[in-house]
Amino acid sequence: MATDQALHGLDNLELSPLGSQESAASRIARKAWTVTWPKVLAVVLVLVVWQLFYLSNYHGIKADHYATGPVAGLQNLWDQLAHGQLLSAIGTTLQSAVVGYALAVLVGVIVGGVVSRIPPLRAAVGSIITGLQTMPSIAWFPFAIILFGLTNSAILFVVILGAAPSIANGLIAGVDYTPPLLLRAGKMMGLRRFALWRYLILPASLPSFVAGMKQGWAFAWRSLMAGELVVQIAGSLSLGVLLNGDQQQLDLTSAISVMIAILLIGVVVDGLFTRADLAIRNRRGLLDPAIA
Amino acid sequence: MSISDTQATPPAPQPGASALSAVDAGDGPAVNLSEVSKVYRTGRTDLLALDKVSLAVRPGEFVCIIGASGCGKSTLLNLVAGLDRPTAGMVDTGGRRVGLMFQEPALFPWLSAGRNVELALQARKVPKAERQARTRDLLETVRLRGFADKRPHELSGGMRQRVALARALAQDADVLLMDEPFGALDAMTRDLLHDELERICAERTLTVMFVTHNVREAARLGDRVIVLSSRPGTVIGEYEVPREGPRRIDSTQVAHMAAALTDRLREEMGRHGN
Repeated sequence: MATDQALHGLDNLELSPLGSQESAASRIARKAWTVTWPKVLAVVLVLVVWQLFYLSNYHGIKADHYATGPVAGLQNLWDQLAHGQLLSAIGTTLQSAVVGYALAVLVGVIVGGVVSRIPPLRAAVGSIITGLQTMPSIAWFPFAIILFGLTNSAILFVVILGAAPSIANGLIAGVDYTPPLLLRAGKMMGLRRFALWRYLILPASLPSFVAGMKQGWAFAWRSLMAGELVVQIAGSLSLGVLLNGDQQQLDLTSAISVMIAILLIGVVVDGLFTRADLAIRNRRGLLDPAIA
Repeated sequence: MSISDTQATPPAPQPGASALSAVDAGDGPAVNLSEVSKVYRTGRTDLLALDKVSLAVRPGEFVCIIGASGCGKSTLLNLVAGLDRPTAGMVDTGGRRVGLMFQEPALFPWLSAGRNVELALQARKVPKAERQARTRDLLETVRLRGFADKRPHELSGGMRQRVALARALAQDADVLLMDEPFGALDAMTRDLLHDELERICAERTLTVMFVTHNVREAARLGDRVIVLSSRPGTVIGEYEVPREGPRRIDSTQVAHMAAALTDRLREEMGRHGN
């Protein structure tokens, strides 16, 4: 059949690949390199600045016994990881982070889901959520400590309040920006109520929701660090406790080691969210193939 | 038939709802619009989009609707689809299932082509085992076998529109509403899809209401072409196109009809020029 043939021909012409004859192995290697080199460069830059600062002898700190350069600093980080309490402190802090963040996601999803479904609530609560988002979480600590005392609950409370608004807002924005055309198509297909949410509105809002989760993580991590510094709990060994100890003993080298650990955890988790975001956008054809 | 007010207007059949009422037998129109008016309230002014449009579409008929901008073509289809209610008048599809296609494919970008089609079956509660076979058949119908796993963005515009057609067919529609479905495609692809659409409609005895502003397309595809005026939309012309064997976009018959349609449209546009 002529039409049939022509149509298939046209399909094949339109789908002809962009002419990449590269082998899988070399493609992976090239990709790994593109991903790696900016990070290596960033680390090198940080080390160079650190060394320059050290060499500049600012305020004569080099003469002080607690000043340190990158070589001694990294040595100290390694020692603390291998023999000190840093690893167990990281474990404690990450555990609080995971629990706090998970609760924040739960609260954010429930609040965001309810608010986006009920228009009057939307008008009333929507601006409160945004207001909460802009409120510095450290301002919540007096309130939390009065309510919960110097406990882990106080810290968790602030972590949840820090992260949940971003997550709720991400979900609400995603629901709001579900393309009306897709909604019409979904209704024509007979998707109603729960099915409409399950198969259309939630998947459509996923990119915005993940963006909210990512922002929520940043807030959660900051709140947690502030919390661990402000709320010192007896017998608990967290990154905040270590950092406080270093401050009291004027141990700059050790403080830097802990800070590097905090920074690295933040960067790694942020990287995971970026990966998730890229995967979603790639799946939906929202990435320019020339760049990706 | 009388003009009923909003309250008395029976709700247009909900798409996707099970057609409990038996489909009208034989002679009655598949789609019947009687004196349908639609007013959009925009702030202080009311916009009359459709003014007493009456139109009866026979089962299996292919009706093209053309008109200049602002003639309420899309409004008309929304009313028949049940996505919107008329301000006055009656829309009756006799319990038939209605499918709607847009100028954009409106596929769900997070699903593969196959899953997009399958979801339409799922929404109609077709059992899982049956769904896969029917999805395969539907993709075969639009000649996209082997593309089930591709995502919409990996397909060309014409292929996406064919997936959208397969999805509309998955709703087991007796009446297919098409809102400029090929408007964004290149001429070569469009010609091929005209042939394909004709074949599919014949195979399934579909009733089609096809909105376009391309007079050649209307003359090529329609058994009947309805010309709508602009602001408000009313029927100002009706042209029967005799079926004399296969038609081509470049045949003289189509060209003559297209010329007549163009003249009628220009006359109407000129009315708004003063």
